Amino acid sequence: METRSLPILLLTLVALLIANLMFGAVSLPFKQVIEGFQVGNANYFTVHEYRFPRTILAMLVGAMMALAGALVQGVIRNPLASPDVLGVSHGAGLAAVFYMTFFPNADIDWLPTVALCGSLIAALMLWWLCGQHSSTIKLAITGVALAALYASCIDFLMLVKPLEINNALLWLTGSLWGRGWNQLAMLLPWLLLIPCALWLAKPLNLIHLGDDSAISLGVKASTLRLLSLAIAVGLTASCVAICGPIGFLGLVAPHLTRKLVGGRHQLLLPSTMLVGAILLLLADLVARTIDPPIELPAGIMTAIIGAPYFLWLLFRTK
Amino acid sequence: MSLSTHNVSVGYHGKAIVKQVDLSIPEGKIIALLGPNGCGKSTLLKAMARILSPIEGQIHWQGKNIHQMASKKLAQQLALLPQTQPIPEGIKVKDLVAYGRSPYTGFWGRISNADQHIIDKMMQQTGVTELAEQLVSELSGGQRQRVWLAMTLAQDTPYLLLDEPTTYMDLSHQVELMHLLRKLNLQGKTIITVLHDINQAARYCDHLIVMKQGKIVTQGSPESVLTESLLKDVFSLNAQIHLDPIAKTPMCVVE
Repeated sequence: METRSLPILLLTLVALLIANLMFGAVSLPFKQVIEGFQVGNANYFTVHEYRFPRTILAMLVGAMMALAGALVQGVIRNPLASPDVLGVSHGAGLAAVFYMTFFPNADIDWLPTVALCGSLIAALMLWWLCGQHSSTIKLAITGVALAALYASCIDFLMLVKPLEINNALLWLTGSLWGRGWNQLAMLLPWLLLIPCALWLAKPLNLIHLGDDSAISLGVKASTLRLLSLAIAVGLTASCVAICGPIGFLGLVAPHLTRKLVGGRHQLLLPSTMLVGAILLLLADLVARTIDPPIELPAGIMTAIIGAPYFLWLLFRTK
Repeated sequence: MSLSTHNVSVGYHGKAIVKQVDLSIPEGKIIALLGPNGCGKSTLLKAMARILSPIEGQIHWQGKNIHQMASKKLAQQLALLPQTQPIPEGIKVKDLVAYGRSPYTGFWGRISNADQHIIDKMMQQTGVTELAEQLVSELSGGQRQRVWLAMTLAQDTPYLLLDEPTTYMDLSHQVELMHLLRKLNLQGKTIITVLHDINQAARYCDHLIVMKQGKIVTQGSPESVLTESLLKDVFSLNAQIHLDPIAKTPMCVVE
């Protein structure tokens, strides 16, 4: 337990980073991957322009979604909670589908911004309905209800505008397909949220002990809850805007990590980022190599791992 | 007077359970809050620990409103052991007790040697040293209560607020706890505890505060407070007061 898992996680991450550069529709030996970073090399496009930014993006998105999950589970004090219960991803989905179906000829480059606005509006909606001092249970149930509402709106849009359904469905599964340097650049400013989240490690430990003890130990419980959820919303929204809603990552990664390293957030938060990165790199690797040249969305892979894990968790939890 | 309430009403959802209470906590004593269920004793304790904000009135620590003090500063003065505690997942006993040092540590929660010394001492005093490496979620109710007590004590505050600390303990651990409270009191701590057992309160506490329907009925030494008419009025009990043959404190025997 505890810190012993860290080196193993780091090694796994490095191995997966390399594997993601080597394998795909065409497999490249390690030497050619290294050479592919040089301008003018035959594999320059495949390695530097295509696989490398996508791999980095998968690592960052995996880490950020997992971190968001750990923050939400931390303040809601329930291992079954995840950023999905805030309705943020569904808000992004609704905005994206709305944009794609009503403006089919509009610039696709604006899609991340539209999705980002959708998720932030969804977060504000939840905030407006619940306010600062409501219980976490009320927050979670309201979030789930809103998510269901957004999901039904998405279905409605796709039924009345069946012509645009393909793009919408592809985006809604969550995928890293076609994502490169541009998307990576869009994500960069949001990385600032990571140190902000790590800053909350100590008070998150105390929230774990219940509000009464946390307050008595000097934590402003409601402020901390608001801050953590806001950071989780920012992390989730920025990732969903770029890759679409990649399911179950924010639920599975922190939970798995808690089993590996325990519940102290000083260790849990950095470790869960490693686990999240590993899971998404693995999902994308499998999605790209299972049946080349056809690619599956990474979101399907995370759902295939995540859904049974969630059910197992549900049956185990009394 | 370090801790005092001034015309304090406090409750839940705007409905007052404690009504306009003026109270000065006598310093350096063990104080028991007594009263029937729903009388507001736990609510008053939570208000003093600033878990609940008063609907009206103010609570003062050394003349300052506790809701206007820096929360970390106040956490170095007042510690609370809540009545019920959640079971944190994946947390070892030694980690939980170390959380008690939070008001003194920096942003990352690093434990200094001085902190570790206090943690070890409190684990020893509460008899949980040998549980150090176990997960809190694997302990029995009584063990868990002692671990939380160790955490609260590690906060190392001059004032200690306890909400029914003996509830889940067997009798020998209850006695041990009351002796520990006596020892801590001799070291200078002021202890305010909600208790159900009137005889326990009379035997181990210096000052009893009796509440009924959100008001303080009477307060003072066990000898002056515990009378047959009070037990009848407050607890609806027909009981006699006798002298405890060993401690020479008043003892209530139900008819």
